[in-house]
Amino acid sequence: MLIIVAALHTTLTAGCWIVSPPSVLMGWLMLDDVALLFLSITSLLFLISSFYAVGYLRRETEGSRPDFEDQSLFVNAPETRFIACLLFFLSTMTVVILSRHFGLFWVAMEATTLASAPLIYFHRHHRSLEATWKYLMICSVGIAMALLGNFFLVAATIPAEGESVSLVLDQLIQHNNGFQIIWLKAAFIFILVGYGTKMGLAPMHTWLPDAHSESPSVVSALLSGALLNCAFLGILRTHQLCVAAGIQRFSQDLLLGFGLFSMAVAAVFILGQRDYKRMLAYSSIEHMGILALGIGLGGEGIFGAMFHAVNHSLTKGLLFLTAGNILAVYHTKSTSDVRGILKILPLSGILWITGFLAIVGSPPFGTFLSEFTILKAAIDQQQIGVAVVYLALLSLIFIGMADIFLRTALGRQSIESDNDTVREHALMVVPPFCLAVIVLCLGIYLPSAFSRLLHDAAQILGGI
Amino acid sequence: MTSFFDAIMVLLILTNLALLGTSRLRTCIHICALQGLLLGTLPLTTTIELISFRAFLLAGGGMVMKAIVFPRLLERTLQDTHVQREVEPFIGYSISLLAGIGLLGFSLWLGSRLPLPSMITSPLVIPVSFFMMMVGLLLIVSRKKALTQVLGYLVMENGIYAFGVAISPEAPFLVEMGMLLDAFVAVFIMGILMFHINREFDHIDTDRLSVLKD
Repeated sequence: MLIIVAALHTTLTAGCWIVSPPSVLMGWLMLDDVALLFLSITSLLFLISSFYAVGYLRRETEGSRPDFEDQSLFVNAPETRFIACLLFFLSTMTVVILSRHFGLFWVAMEATTLASAPLIYFHRHHRSLEATWKYLMICSVGIAMALLGNFFLVAATIPAEGESVSLVLDQLIQHNNGFQIIWLKAAFIFILVGYGTKMGLAPMHTWLPDAHSESPSVVSALLSGALLNCAFLGILRTHQLCVAAGIQRFSQDLLLGFGLFSMAVAAVFILGQRDYKRMLAYSSIEHMGILALGIGLGGEGIFGAMFHAVNHSLTKGLLFLTAGNILAVYHTKSTSDVRGILKILPLSGILWITGFLAIVGSPPFGTFLSEFTILKAAIDQQQIGVAVVYLALLSLIFIGMADIFLRTALGRQSIESDNDTVREHALMVVPPFCLAVIVLCLGIYLPSAFSRLLHDAAQILGGI
Repeated sequence: MTSFFDAIMVLLILTNLALLGTSRLRTCIHICALQGLLLGTLPLTTTIELISFRAFLLAGGGMVMKAIVFPRLLERTLQDTHVQREVEPFIGYSISLLAGIGLLGFSLWLGSRLPLPSMITSPLVIPVSFFMMMVGLLLIVSRKKALTQVLGYLVMENGIYAFGVAISPEAPFLVEMGMLLDAFVAVFIMGILMFHINREFDHIDTDRLSVLKD
């Protein structure tokens, strides 16, 4: 069921590459190039994760079992409910991506929070409960801020003569000279803080490491690879308005600041991190920071950010799925207790190292190209300070992650390898492997249709 | 009509202050219900010329949700968890009240500073809605019980709703319904989570949920 729906969704999305669908519901839902790009990422990641999820659910034993950190007993949530929530999650994300109406966007965004909360609480123990509570509370309050931002947007569009405009993006952009700038600025700040909470920009990121580390790996992959992008899209749409109203300097500076700050916070917490899933979560915060930075720089940086969104989603999916394999065998998330992955799980070990090289942005992976494009944008615009800080933070993160990844992958094996229990099932290895291949291909060769899509998307957002 | 509207605004301010000074959780829930009821009458007062079927439905839906469904849900949680009152909040009641009055002054000042669109019914709406949002946030950060935090979330949501009603009376129906539904599901899931938290830990003190940290 899960796979069928996922495949259907991907087929439809692929269809949209060939024929662009007309807008429906008075332009409330429409697929432009940015939406197509994000929809493709989400759809592909969901398809691959759903294969992994099937294998994952098969491995999960029925009934109660001891928790591996403090040995208290816990049970799983019912499997059917898990799958239903996954599908509902996919559908809400699709609505988020397609919607052109700010109100509808908000409704769908809140719905993604509600759909994913039960997913995080799949393993019913107290840590995941705590993570779910924090996630629900912080994101709901954050998104309520974004709602306020939407209302500010309404206030910004009410012109003196009294005729009002609806909140559909295209109409708002045509309306461009009628904005009351102060309300628009307030709206952008609130929407940035609101959706930024969901996207994991520091300092509103506090829910993210908890939720990502406690949820099942499939869910972590989807949260990190798909959901964060959706929230980012909300900020992008508002940024589009700012560009139309001619205050892009203001919004870009804000994005730049948040981006660099997120990277700095992530770097601090990655250095000396003792839990590898938390490390991956902080790495997501770092990459969201890079995306915000790319948009903040403007020009070529926007193209870089679009490309980076694709690369990050796929790579993070790869890493979280592999982390799931490691967790299933080692029964610990502590970086000091996991040793010798390459010996015990040879295939996952290779994927783990590949994922590491990709996520830190080393050539020949796609991440290298996109991070480099953003760096180039910074240097082109004479923002040498930004470029230096960016590089310094990237290298700090490289050091922190290299330490963890290499220590866990190499070294003497910390558990007995027992051929009966430790066998890598095809469904555990093939899905992350597909992701690795795609990221590698994107680094070596950019198909022309894809690069045109990236350019068009960047153009919509005011870049080149 | 404006005097009626202003009376509602003043009552809303009073409910907020009462929330800040109350320790019994059941009373807090009731105050929240009253607030929902008051808010529900807002859409009816803003569109004076045409009290359309739509406005009626919206107001009715909002009232039923906020004054009956949410309090019921929360009261059931309260019964399951056997919690009576908020014990030792991070910020005491008298200080909360003082802070509330400070926030009220601040939001009045803020409301007078912002350029208002011309079509607003009463100049009190903007400050009051800001005040409600801030009180909601204050409740979320200063109280320990999960239930009070949910109430804080509701108050904040109410504030945003009041702002929305004042500023865009003709927001699309679908979106309004969606917001209401989202709020409902959010409260529902939060209720379920509180039930689980209580079963797992035998308390709903969020400050003791502190295993996950760096």
